[in-house]
Amino acid sequence: MSGTALDPRTAPVFPMAARSAMGDTQLRKNVRHATDVIQGKRARVVGEMPDWQELREAGKRIRQHTMAHLDVYLEEFERNCTKAGGVVHWARDAAEARRIIVDLVKATGSDEVIKIKSMTTEEIQLNPALEAAGIHPFETDLAELIIQLGEDQPSHIVVPALHKNRQQIREIFRTKMNLPELGERPQDLADAARMFLREKFLRVKTGVSGANFLIAETGGVCVVESEGNGRMCLTLPETLITVAGIDKVVPRFQDLEVLLQVLPRSATGERMNPYNSIWTGVDAADGPKAFHIVLMDNARTEILADAEGRQTLNCIRCGACQNACPVYRQTGGHAYGSVYAGPIGAILTPQLMEMEHAQSLPYASSLCGACYEVCPVKINIPEVLIHLRNKVVEQNGMRNVEALAMRAMGMIFQSERRFRAAQRMGRIAESPLVRKDGQGQGWIGWLPGLLGGWTQVRDLQSMPKETFRDWWEKRGTDGK
Amino acid sequence: MASSADARAAVLGRIRKAIGGASSADVARAEWEAIPREFKRAASHERGEVLELLVERLIDYDAHVVVVRPEGVTDAVKSLLEARGVRQLLVPVGMPDGVLPEGFAFVVDAGFGASELDAFDGVVTMATVAIAETGTVVLQNAAGQGRRAATLVPDYHLCVVQATNVVETVPEAMVRLQATASLATTFVSGPSATADIEMTRIKGVHGPRFLDVVVIEDAGSK
Repeated sequence: MSGTALDPRTAPVFPMAARSAMGDTQLRKNVRHATDVIQGKRARVVGEMPDWQELREAGKRIRQHTMAHLDVYLEEFERNCTKAGGVVHWARDAAEARRIIVDLVKATGSDEVIKIKSMTTEEIQLNPALEAAGIHPFETDLAELIIQLGEDQPSHIVVPALHKNRQQIREIFRTKMNLPELGERPQDLADAARMFLREKFLRVKTGVSGANFLIAETGGVCVVESEGNGRMCLTLPETLITVAGIDKVVPRFQDLEVLLQVLPRSATGERMNPYNSIWTGVDAADGPKAFHIVLMDNARTEILADAEGRQTLNCIRCGACQNACPVYRQTGGHAYGSVYAGPIGAILTPQLMEMEHAQSLPYASSLCGACYEVCPVKINIPEVLIHLRNKVVEQNGMRNVEALAMRAMGMIFQSERRFRAAQRMGRIAESPLVRKDGQGQGWIGWLPGLLGGWTQVRDLQSMPKETFRDWWEKRGTDGK
Repeated sequence: MASSADARAAVLGRIRKAIGGASSADVARAEWEAIPREFKRAASHERGEVLELLVERLIDYDAHVVVVRPEGVTDAVKSLLEARGVRQLLVPVGMPDGVLPEGFAFVVDAGFGASELDAFDGVVTMATVAIAETGTVVLQNAAGQGRRAATLVPDYHLCVVQATNVVETVPEAMVRLQATASLATTFVSGPSATADIEMTRIKGVHGPRFLDVVVIEDAGSK
């Protein structure tokens, strides 16, 4: 992976990217190990909850309700946050959000910022924009630090560096932090990160964060984390700039009673993550003196307008669907060509790109339903995948090769004569490609041209010597 | 800031178009009230069991916990501080009497800068509420709990929790926190931890590496 940002506009299509990921056995081993561990922990702490299904249902209803009244809740959040001393900004798209943030940082006079892990800032490719403006962003989440120092890309929503094992991480830290003697126990690596970042926490005057939840009722913002790096960025700087998708709002403080139960258990398999911070505007005696929040659309309203796709916005970014997905577990996250990987990425990314890019992602699934089963807010991901596949076909219209092939098939199936002719033709055409196995069964491992897409990932059985129709007719004339 | 006003109008306009017209606060309020919440909200255990659960869950998250009778608090705090080998301790404004033992340097937080905070061995605070089911203590910017940075920068945190402030479930905690919801609030579940390296849980990254909790039993309990 190069250091360039994952961008659905330029990324290779999923089947191509997945093919190369499948060849990386180290990556597959790392991803499998990490997802196995999280799934095991998740199953244990979810199993403790006799009311898990009721929590999921409540979570789904809270999110659905919020989306149906999104204008009311955003205005309420804005009013309460402003009243508490925060400054609310609105951004129509990624470019506008980047511009607002860069201008705010410049206004503070700092040329450095400390950052909390935030998928939203990854989505809008904030770091390159900050760097272009002469501002150095320091990632402070351990996984994000590994990604940043390794000039890599995140591959999971919750554990962005799960594709790296400890030896690989040690190598990155050893070179980039100049620690030739660094040990390779996880504890050594965490200690190195602590040393490396502590000085930044104590010195840098501007923090940038995302948000897990925006609370309309109080104007408060909630950030959920484990390491304390989040708390450092939220409390020590003089200025805090938070960027959040407009979908992050929840109606009331009380709603956290559901979300703070389902999120940690689904995300990291913990009953509660080590730290949750909730702050409301500015407090003269606690934390930053200036607080800005950027409420960003960036195609979320497009998703809101689509009755079937809308449930995508209910996502609380726990990553449980990624860990459960048999496709993600084989390919890892980079193959998705987007910062949002796995099942949720397969539905979120194409919609965020207004369906113009990442058209292969709705097909990057076996529709097995494992993602739906683990989703803490019951997003029916398979349903949305099928809906998006329909949109892709519609969008590509009749120029699409698949549509042409289907039309030709339709013609053939309409007439018995054409159908019989096609069967005969098929048997003749396939003959040079068939290889017999030990049992005498014929297999085709490679098909030419466009048909090759089928045999890229599976073998095809050869056609039987005799069709059912031929057999039936012969049986009739023999009079048996 | 004309462009910001334009962006605001544009985003709200798109939302209203997407949801079929402007929503009303009254309708939203009524519909919110009707959201089914059939999950467990109230405690299902006896008080003694709730305290036991809190202790068990805190220990499971690498915190060290002791339960003491009200008259034993000072001694308990003393032996914990001695065991940790800490001397120079920060305390927030409004720390109640009868918690802090003699023989240690307790300095009341006067809004120290980050580097000054870093020089303390640890910090002693109270908590607003504790959640047994998740092993969580919740701190707010209130008397005896202080600002967020005070419990973050020093490497050790000793938190004193009154049993009357211990609840079993997250929903019960949210009810207790509702009145003070706008105060800066931090949920702390065990010391700082990460699992970013091969999913191995490692204690202590940037927040305090050590968390001790002293639970004070109700005066009336046996």
